[in-house]
Amino acid sequence: MLRFVVRRLLQMCMVVVVLSMLVFVWLRSLPGGPVSAILGERQTPQRRAALEAALGLDQPLPVQYLKFMERAIQGNFGVSTKVLPGEDALDVFLSRLPATIELSLLALFLAITLGIPLGYLAARRQGSVTDTTAVIFSLVGVAVPVFFTAFLLKYFFAVEWNLLPVSGRQTTGLDATRVTGMFVLDGVLTREWDAAWDAVKHLILPAVALATIPFAVIFRITRASVLDVLDEDYVRTAEAKGLTAQVIRGRHVLRNAMLPVVTTVGLQVGGLLAGAVLTETVFSYRGVGDALATAFREKDYPVLQVLILAAAVIYVLVNLLVDIAYAVIDPRIRTR
Amino acid sequence: MTDRASGTTDESPRRPSYGQRRRARIDALATAGTVDDQPGVSLIRSAWLRLRRNPVFLIGLAITVVFVVLALVSPWLAPWDPTARPLLDQVRPQSNPVPGPEPGHPLGADDRGRDLLSRLLVGSRQTLIVGVFATLFGLLGGLVLGTLAGAMGGWVDSLVMRVVDVMLSIPSLLLAFTIASLARSPSQWTLIVAIAVVQVPIFARLLRGSMLAQRSSDHVLAARSLGVKPRAIVFRHMLPNALGPVIVQATLSLAVAIIDAAALSFLGLGNPDQRQPEWGQMLGLAQRYISEAPHLAFYPAGCIIVVALGFTLMGESLREALDPKSRR
Amino acid sequence: MTHHPMGSAEPLLAVRDLRVTFQRHGEKAFRAVDGVSFDVRPGQTVGLVGESGCGKSVTSLAIMGLLPKRGNRVEGTAIFDGEDLLSLSPSAMRDRRGADIAMIFQDPLSSLNPVVTIGRQVTEVMERHQGLSRKDATPKAAELLERVGIPDPRARLINYPHQLSGGMRQRALIAMALACNPRLLIADEPTTALDVTIQAQILALLKELVVDTGTALVMITHDLGVVAGLCDEVNVLYGGKIVERGGRHGLFQRPRHPYTVGLLNSIPRLDAPRGEKLSPVPGSVADNLPWDSACAFAPRCPNVLDVCTQEQPGWDGDQVVGYRCFNPMGGPR
Repeated sequence: MLRFVVRRLLQMCMVVVVLSMLVFVWLRSLPGGPVSAILGERQTPQRRAALEAALGLDQPLPVQYLKFMERAIQGNFGVSTKVLPGEDALDVFLSRLPATIELSLLALFLAITLGIPLGYLAARRQGSVTDTTAVIFSLVGVAVPVFFTAFLLKYFFAVEWNLLPVSGRQTTGLDATRVTGMFVLDGVLTREWDAAWDAVKHLILPAVALATIPFAVIFRITRASVLDVLDEDYVRTAEAKGLTAQVIRGRHVLRNAMLPVVTTVGLQVGGLLAGAVLTETVFSYRGVGDALATAFREKDYPVLQVLILAAAVIYVLVNLLVDIAYAVIDPRIRTR
Repeated sequence: MTDRASGTTDESPRRPSYGQRRRARIDALATAGTVDDQPGVSLIRSAWLRLRRNPVFLIGLAITVVFVVLALVSPWLAPWDPTARPLLDQVRPQSNPVPGPEPGHPLGADDRGRDLLSRLLVGSRQTLIVGVFATLFGLLGGLVLGTLAGAMGGWVDSLVMRVVDVMLSIPSLLLAFTIASLARSPSQWTLIVAIAVVQVPIFARLLRGSMLAQRSSDHVLAARSLGVKPRAIVFRHMLPNALGPVIVQATLSLAVAIIDAAALSFLGLGNPDQRQPEWGQMLGLAQRYISEAPHLAFYPAGCIIVVALGFTLMGESLREALDPKSRR
Repeated sequence: MTHHPMGSAEPLLAVRDLRVTFQRHGEKAFRAVDGVSFDVRPGQTVGLVGESGCGKSVTSLAIMGLLPKRGNRVEGTAIFDGEDLLSLSPSAMRDRRGADIAMIFQDPLSSLNPVVTIGRQVTEVMERHQGLSRKDATPKAAELLERVGIPDPRARLINYPHQLSGGMRQRALIAMALACNPRLLIADEPTTALDVTIQAQILALLKELVVDTGTALVMITHDLGVVAGLCDEVNVLYGGKIVERGGRHGLFQRPRHPYTVGLLNSIPRLDAPRGEKLSPVPGSVADNLPWDSACAFAPRCPNVLDVCTQEQPGWDGDQVVGYRCFNPMGGPR
């Protein structure tokens, strides 16, 4: 088990290194080169020369890459030009992170708690009206662009029916204590229930919008996986033993059917990051995604650099977790 | 390599070989390890027989055909020039920013007084161009990388697959955003390239995987043991057999490309030239009028959803038909 | 039905006129089992023999109530201990399965749950049917594993199926089947997926267990060699019908049905002269005629007469010996 984790960790490190090379190449191929990209409008000949020396642009490429890595490890990515002009790029990212974690966790929770039971149900009733309806919805769900789902939710629930707030993370003027930066958690920790409820209301629509695609994917994988497992010989063996329906469902069907689902959930985390860019933009939800959207549009390269590297690292970590979870569920990986 | 590959892909084993006895014998041997004597023919034929009766596939096919025909004939079909502004005098930025329907303009106009129906019709063409070219470039890129990795194996395989895995580890839309943000002056080609790059690793992995499976399959082993040249094995035995999954993936990619293009346009990373209307672009522009004129967003979004659904339905039912193990 | 003097004991399982019809959506109905009747007496070992597709596995699954819920129709009766298994409610059948009637399957690897330990898969049967706690069931599971010849049983309890060899897996499956001392054990091709040497071991084990515990055994196989060493009575199935039945010795020494003869001839014999050709049954089940108006085996039969393709042959015999043929080997009796 330990060897497995170590091996996976080494593989992950490889991935991060290759990724950093890609980011480095990307930075070098920016319009106007990295210097004007980083300095943006604050370019003066003096600053240009200073930055060129700092980046080591006169030195060979490998040295430049090492310098880039050195700065990256120190957390020095430069100063934001557009998102929060003048702020340190890494700080911009860190200040936005809790909001997106909160949003993504809720979306993932919704997708999992709805997708897995529905997928199981649809598989057990394969071909029924329930099954067909659910499959059609999941197909449509994947075909609808996330930001349009967000747009629809916002239009109906916020604009037309006025049930939930249109945008933001908190009603303006509400004075709440900050602890973690995750507003719902803060409200609970400080027992400011009004603030917590206010944050929840702001979270619902973006989280539902963000959850649609992972939900559709998790639903379909669960359904397909349960269908496969139901056909397995060991389920017939379990039936031949006369085990109760609950034991067969839990121990023999679901435990095996969850293996591909776990992998899929991990893959969906990456999709959530991309979806957050779109969803947060629609709801003016000030998280990492919203910062990324601005950075993409306005070409705030220092911020982009942090965000892309961080997104990759988070994604890689999540997949490591998934691999470990997989090994925990599947003894064939654990005990070789 | 690319040219040669695309030139020989359609040369599946069912074609009569060049009249030479040795090749004929090898071909017979090459397919002996699989279920039928001529897997290409029977698999495709039986898939078609199943598809013909599958309503899901037929719906997808109908949507796709209508969409492609519309995209081809729309410039002649559209009642108005999509760049003309016949309803400009009715646009009141304060009270009525988006003119509603009226005779001759069944869907009304957009915020600049242009006929909405005409823009939607003509927009299908731009959407098709983006989808098709993005998928095509992605497929070509994937073909080169995947064939290289799958056919050569060894360190080439390791290197290519490491890069492909890293590309796959970046969420695809984020990667597309990042590439699109490199463009100095965005155009429709920004969209196409950004989306194509995202498709490359998917196709590469797919092709490599299916070629690896082929490489150890009986008919390739048989061909190899008979001394067939490696290049001939790759192009005559391995690639044609990988075709099924590639077609499925390409169909699904078309849907993804259209949806991703919309997302890029929405973020302002797409084609800013409004003389070339495109559904994603129209949807992005419509966000400003969410409360006054939501229909401005609903129409292009509806078009995107229906077309993406069409490709998805077609791709999924193709996948089922080609994979004997799968089910609905 | 005549009652043979040999069958003095009441049958433990009496299958009468079992019919299983598969009806898939939009396809032609297919009768996999077509009026099968046989008895299993306590402690007896009965063989169901035939090629794949002859209906032998479907027969056993129908008796166990393990056929898919949809797409098939089961008719006839299977009286076990005074109750018709085929008309029991699903929950009552659940109570019988694993307790009174147990089953072992062909492929031990795919028949074991890959993510649950061997120990758990043995104890869960006892928890279900004997009301034992997991703690109480565990030492019993170890005993069971020991009884089926698994070395170091305590260590094996926490192993997963992939950590065992093929033969050990089949032994574990047998242990699960025997956990609640069933009165009837159905073994569906239990040795087909195993190496030849392991096959012999598993067969020896089954024989030993049957003798020791007095469990009746229904042995389903395509291999007459398996039957020869194990079964008291043999039923040869073809196209969903029993075409010949007999005691082990009678059947092997004087087979009547040409199909039985074909099966016997396809077994390689050690004492045969070198170079002698094996004569497998020509053709395949795909050539079958429908039973309604012919003998299904006629297209493949060396003894075929005109009547064979015009009429259905009747059962010539009783519940213990008999055949279904117009032109049996050695002439009609």
